[in-house]
Amino acid sequence: MSRLMTRRNAALLLFSGFALLPFVATMLGDSYLVVIATRILGFAIAALALDLILGYGGMVSFGHAAYVGIGAYSVAILSRAGITDLGAHLLAGIAGAVLFALVTGAISLRTRGIYFIMITLAFAQMAFFFFVSLSAYGGDDGVTLRARSTLLGRPLLEDDRTLYYVTLAILVALYLLAVAITRSRFGRVLTGARENPVRMQAIGFSPFRYQLTAFVISGAMASVAGVMLANQTGFVSPAFMNWHVSGELVVMVVLGGIGNLLGAVAGATIALLLEEWLGLLTEHWRLLFGLILVVIVLASRDGVSGLFRRRDRP
Amino acid sequence: MTSLFLLQLLNGVQFGILLFLIAAGLTLVFGIMDFVNLAHGVIYMVGAYLAVSFTQMTGSYGLGLLLTLPATLLIGLVLELLVFRRLYDRPHLDQVLATFGLVMIVTEGVQIIWGAAPLSVAMPEALSGSIPLIGQMRYPVFRLVVIGAGLATALGLYLIIGHTRIGMRLRAGATSRAMVSALGVDIHKLFTVIFAFGAMLAGFAGAMVAPILTVDPGMGEQVLILAFVVIVIGGIGSVRGAFAGALLVGIVDTMGRSFGPILLRLVMEPAAAGQAGRVLAPMLVYILMAAILAARPTGLFGQKT
Repeated sequence: MSRLMTRRNAALLLFSGFALLPFVATMLGDSYLVVIATRILGFAIAALALDLILGYGGMVSFGHAAYVGIGAYSVAILSRAGITDLGAHLLAGIAGAVLFALVTGAISLRTRGIYFIMITLAFAQMAFFFFVSLSAYGGDDGVTLRARSTLLGRPLLEDDRTLYYVTLAILVALYLLAVAITRSRFGRVLTGARENPVRMQAIGFSPFRYQLTAFVISGAMASVAGVMLANQTGFVSPAFMNWHVSGELVVMVVLGGIGNLLGAVAGATIALLLEEWLGLLTEHWRLLFGLILVVIVLASRDGVSGLFRRRDRP
Repeated sequence: MTSLFLLQLLNGVQFGILLFLIAAGLTLVFGIMDFVNLAHGVIYMVGAYLAVSFTQMTGSYGLGLLLTLPATLLIGLVLELLVFRRLYDRPHLDQVLATFGLVMIVTEGVQIIWGAAPLSVAMPEALSGSIPLIGQMRYPVFRLVVIGAGLATALGLYLIIGHTRIGMRLRAGATSRAMVSALGVDIHKLFTVIFAFGAMLAGFAGAMVAPILTVDPGMGEQVLILAFVVIVIGGIGSVRGAFAGALLVGIVDTMGRSFGPILLRLVMEPAAAGQAGRVLAPMLVYILMAAILAARPTGLFGQKT
């Protein structure tokens, strides 16, 4: 119980920090801060989505960038069709992601371990190539959005701060939803299926159905991240689905600590701030980022996941 | 039409052979060590860059290619000793993260050393011509050489794995790592050998395509993911499966791109067919993978688990 209290306090602290950030930015006179922070919140949503299946379901999806991309493209496609409402964009993104997750998840979940990692990666790459060859939407070059999504029929999100707070509100809502999911009976079954699928089956649960449902929920959440990120950058291209993005999402989840939701938000913050900071030092920041990553993994004795998970692996 | 078909078939085979060289090392590492290596693609890329540099240094593509082999073997050895060795007993997630970090390091490192602009290397004079196949159709000699070299490598692998002592250990290791180790085989030495050898094969593939493709920092990623598809189709750990899968993927991908729009034109308007063909063709190999997985979750030649 006390552990739950600390997590609730940590969440309160982290989210109020985010809520106060625009005021700090105004005081410092640094409006770029809000732009970066919006990006962080967007990725935090995607990392949260990934943590739900990676941390609680033990499914290492290496293709979550596809869902971010699906969300981003739903903004581009609907905007061009004249539908600018944020709610419609979110719904379209979620619908697309649910469909993609249902089909690819049903196939991927027939396999385990290395196969699962490679297959989710391959399907994400398929989505990547689909949008690369979609010349109506700029193909490889992508499309620039003429305007951000509208809220209640008005261009409220054009203000960077409003976009920031809307993204934050969505993140908090999804975080609470994710916490509720993991504490529900459904979440318990999911964790049980991670620890011992055979035993779960023996007591009358079909792990596949629970895992697929979780996979679909996670994909839908990641597409929400895509909608918000597309609004933040004002530009949509297949780069949203690049496998590097999938990799970075996994890095974020692991950096923040696997299987505790809030960690995913913290991980996204750490990873993106690290990128920004290293980017200031050198244009070859990826080299340093990669080095840090390798060193962290090698230095953790029981494995990165063992660092944070209390249970020992079998 | 027939000659175009044959031409594209040969291109497909050539692409498949290339994928095989990359997938062969990767599938052994996956199957025997149960190790996810995302960094295999960058070794292929480094092989291509080294071939460019060595060719410029020596003035001969042949010598450049020959020098690339020990160089990539050495890179494989160093990587194994420094990084991979510590990861074999770790969860897959750790392996994914560490090798993903390596991909970032090497990709950026290559851009620091060779720059971000694409490079190319001149084809050797003797192989730059083309020979007639049937009728009017001619085919570049160099691509035939690539096919030949790949087939020779496949045959060599088949002989090594099926008919030598080290091959026997390798097959035994794929079946039961613990048992082989208990019988007194130094399994870590075996891993090092397999790893370095796989790196050399990837480097060989990179060096061979350097004259026909442009050498750029993104070249490793595309083939890496296609090599994954190949391995998933063929079954993890099976070199024979990798061979079959690689040819299948190479041919389906190449043929799909050239004949997809033509076939769609039979049932659609030309403009729509062209558009649909362009969109569908790159997705074809993934659909193929999904179909095979739906029927056989462990791949064509995979062992039942």
